[in-house]
Amino acid sequence: MTAGFSLSWIDYTIMIVYFVFVLGIGWALKRYMKDANAFLEAGRSMPAWVAGLAFISTNLGALEVMGMTGSGAKYGMLTTHFYWIGAIPAMVFLALFMMPFYYGSKARSVPEYLKLRYDEKTRGLNAILFAVMTILASGISMYALAILMEKVLGWNFHLSLILSAAVVLAYTYLGGLSSAIYNEVLQFFIIVIGLLPIVFLSLKDLGGWSGMQEQLAPIVQAKGFAADTWTTTWKYTGAAKANPMGVEWYGIFAGLGFVLSFGYWCTNFLIVQRAMSAKSTTAARNTPLIGALPKMFIPFLIIVPGIAALVLMNSPGKGFSLPLNNTGQPIYDYTIIMLLRQYLPAGVLGLGITALLASFMSGMAGNVSAFNTVWTYDIYQSYIRPVTGNKPVDDKHYLKVGRLSTIFGVVISIAAAYLASLFGNIMDFLQTIFSMINAPLFAVIFLGMFWKRTTGHAAFTGLLAGFFIALLHHGFTFPEGADTLVKGGWIVKTFAYPVEMAQNFWTAIFAFTTSTVVTVALSLMTRKLKSDEELKGLVYSLTPKLKEGDVVWFKRSSTLAILVLTIASALTILFW
Amino acid sequence: MYLTMGLDIKIPIGLMFTIFGVLLTIFGLFTNNDPALYMPSLGININLWSGLLMTVFGAIFLYFGIRSRKLNKK
Repeated sequence: MTAGFSLSWIDYTIMIVYFVFVLGIGWALKRYMKDANAFLEAGRSMPAWVAGLAFISTNLGALEVMGMTGSGAKYGMLTTHFYWIGAIPAMVFLALFMMPFYYGSKARSVPEYLKLRYDEKTRGLNAILFAVMTILASGISMYALAILMEKVLGWNFHLSLILSAAVVLAYTYLGGLSSAIYNEVLQFFIIVIGLLPIVFLSLKDLGGWSGMQEQLAPIVQAKGFAADTWTTTWKYTGAAKANPMGVEWYGIFAGLGFVLSFGYWCTNFLIVQRAMSAKSTTAARNTPLIGALPKMFIPFLIIVPGIAALVLMNSPGKGFSLPLNNTGQPIYDYTIIMLLRQYLPAGVLGLGITALLASFMSGMAGNVSAFNTVWTYDIYQSYIRPVTGNKPVDDKHYLKVGRLSTIFGVVISIAAAYLASLFGNIMDFLQTIFSMINAPLFAVIFLGMFWKRTTGHAAFTGLLAGFFIALLHHGFTFPEGADTLVKGGWIVKTFAYPVEMAQNFWTAIFAFTTSTVVTVALSLMTRKLKSDEELKGLVYSLTPKLKEGDVVWFKRSSTLAILVLTIASALTILFW
Repeated sequence: MYLTMGLDIKIPIGLMFTIFGVLLTIFGLFTNNDPALYMPSLGININLWSGLLMTVFGAIFLYFGIRSRKLNKK
């Protein structure tokens, strides 16, 4: 499809050096993997900065990088809502108010927290859903990357799929969660440094930020929006029609800023696991805050080049275009790689491609290392082979199960990748299901942590009710122009949202509200089965308050939180 | 306990970026007289500049990595 995008020896050399280091880290950690705790929980030994960068790197998977650059072209700086309002408040909340319970309860996973706080059935439901969804997500991201490599670099689809899966398997099998985390830190730096040249070159090409704004004006006006819509964030959110996202400010605020982001950042074990691997309560609380610092600036790395790409697409002299799909629409997900191709000569090009591979690997390793923990502790240890009490035997046994489930997870991911290649809609499907599961989960965990009266029966029913309402909402509404039932309206088409995103926001809001109401009502009606003593360390009002007096002031979570919120507010005002 | 899992990630990061940096700097120097290669990057020898930047970045990590290794030994 795209001739002339060939890599030279220097590009391959860089890629090979990267692979050597990634595998080397796994190899170096192999001898420390003596039991399941070391393998699945990194022995709870990570310094805060390592866990913090891994925290953000797991989230910076290939789908995120490709998707967000594409959104930069489609929606402009409005995309930063996913980063500033849509991540920072949730990350700060997780750090300050939730990590003390996740970490302090000694739970080894989010499902296990549910078991300690509520009961077995709530844990079981969450663990099984999480295991299935995580593996599907991992497979879909593998598929996305392999198809990109095939279309743009001309690499063999099957070969790139199997090869990259094999590398991820090798280093997570050898070094477990520690290896995944250490590699995520390495990958974080490669993604940043590898993509910096395109930020610099694309902006320079267009005459800097102001030059880009000038050239954007006519393009955006032709689409029927105000001239500066693509370079502002909140200015045109007074009415849904005034901005390309098609959402009003309160939809963004409640849907993205509250339900979706808290549902994702505060309950997703994939993310929380990184903070749980930290070496102390303070380090665990600081993990999301340290992650938040780079998170706020990632828009400049991946959204800004996307905006530049929109200008380039509309400037015939630049010779830039996106590949088209079957219906003749540009494939926005390919924006990032087309920019690499536009600006980078041999050498840094290899680094840019390596950055994409790194983002893919950090996402996939994150999925696999979260999957094997939930599988080993919450499913296998709970239902298949409980702890026998003979510690040396148990340690060895669960380490083996952890390792085997890593292989199993990767193999199922590969199968899911092929499934994704058969059904194009599977990604939409998965995202929809995710938003239906996460929002009720947040309601239930939040109520559990801050209201001691919440009961297990209520939580379990609340989870199901929230999911059920989300399903119904999705069944009755649809985004305008939807061509498949995966996008909604599969029961009766009653209400049309202007865009898909608005529908997603409202699905999550409905699910969260229902789940909260049901859980609260049933908690008041059912008997509290756990004593206050049992709930110590799990519920806010029954846990001794944390004192930060003995921590140096600049390492205190409160100091970091203020810093994070100040920078986020400053950025929001700057790009209002 | 496991301390830092016996591996300080600063050293591999430092080492890898130093290798990348030196590779790209040398490649940049050798290709400095190749305007065709640097056409896409607006005539800028982006390999040379990225290479230098990465060498410095890698060296900083190596410095801190080696320093904390020495401190640990004491």
